[in-house]
Amino acid sequence: MRFERREHRSVALVIATPLIAIASALAIAGVLIVIAGAPVLEAYWRILQGAFGSRLAATETLTRATPLILTGLAAAVAFRARLWNIGAEGQLYFGAITVAWASSRFLGDMPSILQIPLLLMLGALAGMALLLVPLWMRLRFSVDEVVTTLLLNFVAVLIVSMLIDTVLKDPMAFGWPQSQPVADAAMLPKILARSRLHIGLLIAVVLALVLAFVEARTVFGLQSRAAGLNPQGAAYAGVPLKRTLVIVACISGGLAGLAGAVEVMGVQGYVTTELSRGYGYSGIVVAMLANLNPFGVVLAGLFTATMFVGADGMSRSLGIPSYIADVIVALSLLTMLIAVFFTQYRIRR
Amino acid sequence: MSAVFDILASAGLWAAVFRIATPLILGTLGALLCERAGVLNLGIEGIMTFGAMIGWLTVYNGADLWTGFLVAALAGGLFGLLHAGLTVTLGLSQHVAGLGVTLFAASFSYYVFRLAVPVAGTPPTITPFQPIAIPGLSDLPFVGPAFFVQTPPTYVAILLALVLAYLIFRTPLGLAIRMTGENPHAAEAQGINPMAVRYGAVIAGSALMGMAGAFLTLSAFNSFFPTMVQGRGWICIALVVFSSWRPERALLGALLFAFFDGFQLRLQTVLGGAVPYQLFLMIPYVLSIAALALMARRARVPQALMQPYRRGER
Repeated sequence: MRFERREHRSVALVIATPLIAIASALAIAGVLIVIAGAPVLEAYWRILQGAFGSRLAATETLTRATPLILTGLAAAVAFRARLWNIGAEGQLYFGAITVAWASSRFLGDMPSILQIPLLLMLGALAGMALLLVPLWMRLRFSVDEVVTTLLLNFVAVLIVSMLIDTVLKDPMAFGWPQSQPVADAAMLPKILARSRLHIGLLIAVVLALVLAFVEARTVFGLQSRAAGLNPQGAAYAGVPLKRTLVIVACISGGLAGLAGAVEVMGVQGYVTTELSRGYGYSGIVVAMLANLNPFGVVLAGLFTATMFVGADGMSRSLGIPSYIADVIVALSLLTMLIAVFFTQYRIRR
Repeated sequence: MSAVFDILASAGLWAAVFRIATPLILGTLGALLCERAGVLNLGIEGIMTFGAMIGWLTVYNGADLWTGFLVAALAGGLFGLLHAGLTVTLGLSQHVAGLGVTLFAASFSYYVFRLAVPVAGTPPTITPFQPIAIPGLSDLPFVGPAFFVQTPPTYVAILLALVLAYLIFRTPLGLAIRMTGENPHAAEAQGINPMAVRYGAVIAGSALMGMAGAFLTLSAFNSFFPTMVQGRGWICIALVVFSSWRPERALLGALLFAFFDGFQLRLQTVLGGAVPYQLFLMIPYVLSIAALALMARRARVPQALMQPYRRGER
């Protein structure tokens, strides 16, 4: 048995790939649900209901999708240029704590119209800064950025934990380690009244559109793809590799930092070490499910949020551990990798 | 200053160093074996988590400790089979496949654990491995209690490092593994099957990772809880680079690393609340990053690392 490269890939196949991957992941996870002694179809039905069954559920799902779309974009942009940024989790926390610090210390009195954009920018800058360290180490010492970005996640969370335990600790929080809240003027406006859904979702979707344009229609988009596909060839063709990677890192880290800023300013108002429920890591799955396509990231983010929000409700009613959502999400990454492979290769005997 | 000396002079520190080092030794050896054959295995963090969970669960359900260890190794091997299928047979990106294995193995561990053990106020415990004093040597003053009173898996880990060093550099099998990692085409020309070697190395390496995880729940602690691996897998990946892909240096690297970790733990209690504890907890990660920066240029990377091998394709 051997694999042969497909000469031609039909559009239908490319679009069907993530659907096949998700279906396979759900089928495999179904076995685990059966083992747990629950009816599979009912479990999946309840996940859907838990995610979209009511106005509250649907807005919750969209709210949860927001950081996932942003971290998904962060991973997609980086992976396209073969910059393995696995540090979105840490960058997200850096963005979050920077926003809490700036708003509670300096910018709190500023009107919303100025304060919100300024804070979002600061959050993005903080994420960028954290990714530039491993990028510098890659360019300077040729250190694989996968390991350094992963390790920096732990460092970043510990730094945040230290700050909210000491200088940024909220004295009104009954001793709980949480940061001082951002000013009221820093909270993102709601899209819908009586819900937690905030304009962060719109920001994420607009950024996806912008990125899609940049990647498809600009010189930089071409250069970043070329740098990923064949660095030597790209350099020979005159692509400034280092500069391209630095810009890619700024965008990727910035998006992850923005995810943290948006989460603080849109939902919680303050930072704890439980702010992110693994959004940084799930973002990798979101990006891969989307085949690194920015539009796809929006849909994949929505799918992932559906699983996480829906599984909570399903878990309560059927007694299946809600970790099943994490299992489904992780499985869909693996099945997606395999599915993409078979769109590129066919089996030959 | 005298506080520092007191710490260094306590046999407790040195005993702790070996305890902290054991999972790092096993994990680093596992990752090293995979990489020597040309496969980066970022599944390590998740495989360690699964090994910790399944080893503990086996013992919790009445099996003895060594059976728990063995089950963890077998489970690790199965995840290795998955990783090899993705990266060797299909030739997928080793980075992404490894992260996928980690995410899957970790979330699967939590799922199985929650299913098997209902939520409780205090997590249930098992009786872990007890330290065994080596007769004669353990009676030596200072050196005895510092180095020769360890739990059995620690002795196993040290022995495995030496065995692996011998295997890789002194046996035909080791030569086949190294050739596959350096130049699989040349290996094939010598009648070696690079696919088979890679499968074997990744499965065996992942089994070691499973054992590394099991040490945490069967010897270092006595219960399992989510996120208990705490990035140890990633530290092992860094230690492989630090050791320049040599098992005996991996052993020394893990011990050096554990020394700093054990030292900071004791320093924490001495300095008390004067310095935020998070600064101490950061040390292992920062050290790993520094080690990478220091060694990455100097290390001799297996030349075919992360390159998929397809017969007749260059």
